[in-house]
Amino acid sequence: MNNDNGSVGLVQTKTLTFAHPPDELILESGARLGPITLAYETYGKLDSQRSNAILLVHALTGDAHVAGYHTHADRKPGWWDWMVGSGRPFDTDRYFVVCSNVIGGCQGSTGPRSINPATGERYNLDFPMVTIGDMVAAQRYLVDELGIDRLLCVAGGSMGGMQALEWAIRYPERVASVIPIATTSRLSAQGIAFNQVGRRAITADNKWNGGNYGVKPDELPAEGLAVARMLAHITYLSEEAMHAKFGRRLREKERYGFDFSIDFEVESYLQHQGESFIRRFDADSYLYISKAMDYFDLPRQYGSLQNAFAGVQAGFLLLSFSSDWLFPTVHSKEIVRALMVNRKDVTFCEIPSPYGHDAFLIENEAMKRIVPAFLNRMASSGRH
Amino acid sequence: MKMSGTKGCFDGVLRRDLRTVVALIEPKSRVLDLGCGDGGLLGVLNRERGISGHGIERSFEAIVRSIENGVSVIQADLDEGLGEYPNHSFDYVLLSHTLQTVHKPAVMMREMVRVGRLGIVTMPNFAHWRIRLQFVFRGRMPKTRLLPYSWYDTPNIHLVTLSDFCWFCRRHDIEILRQINLPSSRLGRLLADFWPNLFAESAVFVLQGKTE
Repeated sequence: MNNDNGSVGLVQTKTLTFAHPPDELILESGARLGPITLAYETYGKLDSQRSNAILLVHALTGDAHVAGYHTHADRKPGWWDWMVGSGRPFDTDRYFVVCSNVIGGCQGSTGPRSINPATGERYNLDFPMVTIGDMVAAQRYLVDELGIDRLLCVAGGSMGGMQALEWAIRYPERVASVIPIATTSRLSAQGIAFNQVGRRAITADNKWNGGNYGVKPDELPAEGLAVARMLAHITYLSEEAMHAKFGRRLREKERYGFDFSIDFEVESYLQHQGESFIRRFDADSYLYISKAMDYFDLPRQYGSLQNAFAGVQAGFLLLSFSSDWLFPTVHSKEIVRALMVNRKDVTFCEIPSPYGHDAFLIENEAMKRIVPAFLNRMASSGRH
Repeated sequence: MKMSGTKGCFDGVLRRDLRTVVALIEPKSRVLDLGCGDGGLLGVLNRERGISGHGIERSFEAIVRSIENGVSVIQADLDEGLGEYPNHSFDYVLLSHTLQTVHKPAVMMREMVRVGRLGIVTMPNFAHWRIRLQFVFRGRMPKTRLLPYSWYDTPNIHLVTLSDFCWFCRRHDIEILRQINLPSSRLGRLLADFWPNLFAESAVFVLQGKTE
């Protein structure tokens, strides 16, 4: 653990359990899910008017641990640490910041590997399909429980951006502003295609066994999950970023091996990404959450994107990144146009960056200037 | 680079044409500023007129400064048009010292009076006597306070005179409700009303589409 300035320091993950039978959450598919546990973390203090709360929503493989460290021994802080803390864009001196692990996840919230209380066994593929809307509906319980009537902001990138959009549409009176970053109103055919290859890698792993695999390390469909991660990781980078970072450099050798061992740095890097991923993520969760992204389609759900935004009240800040080819700028512009037609308060900017889709997670000056300025306007405009 | 074809809204005080624009805006109205730069004008309108303002700007750095100035702003190229905005969705659409930078001024002007109940255009006058003298006697592309760029490095690709602009509006069914001439000197102030195209350094036009 570093002692960096402004860090929120040591934090703990908490849990909330709700939707006990017979009051289960009714999912978009019509299935019922309950009880539901959400793992969440909070940073900063809720003010006396309860008007300074910001909900952060994570991407496909994210979790509730946005900032700070769980133990002194942690090498790395939470996934958006540079954005959350004292004097940081989501300033914990000023705002009360909340983040929860999505349902369907595997980092403390109810997901396919949780025990189904009805059977005493893991759900595995009996777990109902969840959507982005269902994730948001579950977060609403948490927001209620924390005593927050109206969130000052909901912010997140990629799948987090989808949740932010969903929040503004589902609960217009409960969100003063949203910051959807590097996101889309509907996953592209290309995005669905990549997700499908990832899922196929998992289900093709013998150990996957129809989702009913054991819990010991050698019982997990680790090979399939690692391949899924390696593929996905490529889509989060850009050609330029990969060239700059690896080029054609060889890994600890001067000449080609003329065999199928690791030759190139980039191979080694992807291998490492795959291996570290299987230690923290679950294969069935990957199937469910990636499918939730595939199903996300606001124009289909509401007739048109314009209709989807007709009733929103929040102020919008949309950000995209120039080298992001997975969630390209045109997707953000579609959202901006639909909001403009509805005469909503919308700010949009494409941030120049070589880092591809991952750019929203990488510390950058643009976000550090734009996000606090936007939040400041939202906080002082009396929207909350 | 900023979209506005002239430099900075502020030289200690708000540029004179912008001060004139502020005076024209009704309190609490909805204002769209095309090529809003760092959002300075919208910021002043927010504070002094309580407007609900919105900007469009192309330059990344200017956008970031607009957001820091508390302005709601969209990164877009004006030459892509304003197709998204419904008719008359704003009370005013402003185009301050920007008309001469767009690729299709005619399209821009039509869009302006479609999206706004009123359009307000401010523009430097390329027929001002100083410019004429520079061109005639030095035989070189003029550079002035309001048009400071060299020919090879200028955002100003459609320079226009006041007479040209008035003719253009007539030709395109755009009604000029007001024309405020801004001379560069005290002497100019006396002469500008008689001969604006020679003595007004810049001008502010209030416009309305005729096909109401």
